[in-house]
Amino acid sequence: MRREVRERVDRLELPFSRFGVDNYGISKKHLADWFTLLGVLYKHYFRVQAHGMEHIPRRGRAMLIGNHSGGIALDGAMVIASLFFELEPPRLAQGMVEKFLNRVPLASLWMNRVGQLTGLPENALRLLEDDRILMVFPEGARGTAKLYWERTSLVQFGTGFMRLALQTNTPIIPFGFIGGGDAFPTVFNAVELGRMLGAPYIPISAYLFPVPLPVQLAVHYGEPMHFEGTGNEDDKAIEAKVEQVKSRIADLIDHGEKARAGFLSLPGRP
Amino acid sequence: MRVLLPGISGLLARIVATKLAARDHEVVGIDVRPWAEPPKGVVIHTIDIRKRAAEDVFRTFRPDAVIHMGTVTHLREKSEDRYRINLGGTRAVWDHCHTYKVPAAIFVGRHTYYGAAPDSPLYHTEEDPPSGATSFPELADLVAADLYAGSALWRFPEIATSVLRLCYTLGPSHHGTLAGFMNARRVPMVLGFDPLFQFMHEDDAADAIVVALEKKTRGVFNVSGPPPLPLSVIAHAAGRKTFPIPEVFFRGFLGRFGLPGLPQGAVAHIKYPIVIDSMRFKKTIGYRYEHDAEATIDAFAKSQTS
Repeated sequence: MRREVRERVDRLELPFSRFGVDNYGISKKHLADWFTLLGVLYKHYFRVQAHGMEHIPRRGRAMLIGNHSGGIALDGAMVIASLFFELEPPRLAQGMVEKFLNRVPLASLWMNRVGQLTGLPENALRLLEDDRILMVFPEGARGTAKLYWERTSLVQFGTGFMRLALQTNTPIIPFGFIGGGDAFPTVFNAVELGRMLGAPYIPISAYLFPVPLPVQLAVHYGEPMHFEGTGNEDDKAIEAKVEQVKSRIADLIDHGEKARAGFLSLPGRP
Repeated sequence: MRVLLPGISGLLARIVATKLAARDHEVVGIDVRPWAEPPKGVVIHTIDIRKRAAEDVFRTFRPDAVIHMGTVTHLREKSEDRYRINLGGTRAVWDHCHTYKVPAAIFVGRHTYYGAAPDSPLYHTEEDPPSGATSFPELADLVAADLYAGSALWRFPEIATSVLRLCYTLGPSHHGTLAGFMNARRVPMVLGFDPLFQFMHEDDAADAIVVALEKKTRGVFNVSGPPPLPLSVIAHAAGRKTFPIPEVFFRGFLGRFGLPGLPQGAVAHIKYPIVIDSMRFKKTIGYRYEHDAEATIDAFAKSQTS
C-alpha cells in the first residue's frame, strides 16, 4: 500500500517545489501518510465501490457536488480517496473544511498539508482558477447533522457553489454517497457539548463510540452538468439551478440505494 | 533621479540606498539612527523626519521621489512612541511631498497588515481588509500608517503614491522578523500548527522597491518572492531544529526559557499563515524575483555559520 501510495503521489499533477510542497502548502510527505491511512479504510475497511469515474475530468477545473450521509465526514474522505485510487492519473480533490477545524491543533496542520482548506469563497475561487478539483457539500454542517433515519434525505442546499461555478465556468459533477449514515448511525447531536469544544455539535452514535462500523460504502458520480451565467443572477435564478443539481443528486442516491445488495452490508457480504 | 529616503539606516533601506547609488541616482537619507559609512553618493542627515530640519531637506534637496522606510516595526518601542513615529512620520512625509511638489512617493509596508487568523483566506489580495490589528493590537500603528499613506492616492492625486506590502525578508543580514525568529538553533513552534511563511531574499525585496520607483507606479501592491513554505520546512532547510510546545505553555513562557519575547497577539502569526497574492505587482511592474526559496534560505543559513 505504502509503495503504491507514494507512486501515485508522485503522479499527482500539482506544482510541487523541491521541498515537496505546492503553493497552497500541500505536502507530498503528508499526502503519502494520509492516503496510506485512507487507502486502508477505502479498500479494506469500507470496501468502497466507486461508479461513474469516467465523468470526472482528468485535467482542468471541476466541482464535485454531493450529499452528506453520516455524522462524521467519512463521505468527504472516501470521495477524495476515490479520485486518488481510481483515476489515472490520480487527482487530489480539495474540500472546503468547516472553519472551527482550523483552530484545532493537529487538525489544522493536517488539513492544510493535504489541501483541505478552510471553507471560504476566496479559497474556493482561487482553487478553481488554478484548475483544481473542488469538493463541496452544499448541505454543510446541516448535512452531517442528519440522524440515522434521515440518512438518505437531502436538507437545504447553500447556493454559493452555483454562483462560483457560473463565475468560473466550472462543470459540476454531481455525486450520491451511499452508506455513510449506516457506517455512523447518529441518533443524537450534542449541540452544547459541541459548542464547548468549538464545533457546531458532536454526533452521538447508536453505540456511543465515535468509531464507524465496517459497512460497505458506495459513491455514484453523475454526468457533468454545465450551467451558463455570470454568477451575479438574482437568488431565484440561482436557486432554480441549484434545484436541478439537488434533484440529480437525489436521483443518484436513489439509484445507489437500489443497487445496494443489503441494508447493512458487513464484511463478507458485498 | 534625486531620491529621498526617510528611514535610510534600516538594513533593508541601506540595501535600497546602495542599489540606487549604484544606478547613478542621487540619494539623500533621513534617520535618527546613524549610518557610519554610507556608500559613495549617499548623503545622510541624522534628524527626525517629524522635525523642522527634515522639512528643510525637502526644501533644499527637492527630491524627484521619496521612499518612506522610516516606520518602526520592532516591538521594543512603546506603543505610544510607535504611534507617534509611524503615523506622525508618515503624515510628515506626504505633507512635505505635497508642499514641495514631489512627483512620486513610495510607502514600504508589511504583509502583516492582513493579519493571521483561522478564518482568513489563504491568499490575500490588495483589496482584503486590514485584520492585522484584530488579534495583534501592537500592529495597529503599522496598519494605520499603511492606510494613511494609501489615502494620499485621493488626498494628493498629483503625487504618484505607491504602497508596497512586502512579505518577510530573509538573507545574509539576518535582519527582519522571520530571521530574528530563526536565529536560535531551535525554533519554537505551537504544537499542532505549522503555518505557511512567505519570504523573499532581501536583495529581491530591495530590487522590487527600486523597480517600483523607476517604473513610477501608483496604487497598492503586494510584493512577494517564491511560493510560501511551512515554518518547519524553512527551519529544517536552514539547519535549525523545531520544538513544538503546547499553546498554553507557549503563551505562558513567552520571553522566558529561550522563547522569544513576543506579545500574546504574535502567537496567531506562529499558528496561522499570512500569504499574499502579488500578481498585480508582477503584472504592472514586470517584476520577477531572482532568488528561489532554496537560495534564499541558503543565503540566510550560510551567512550565520561563516
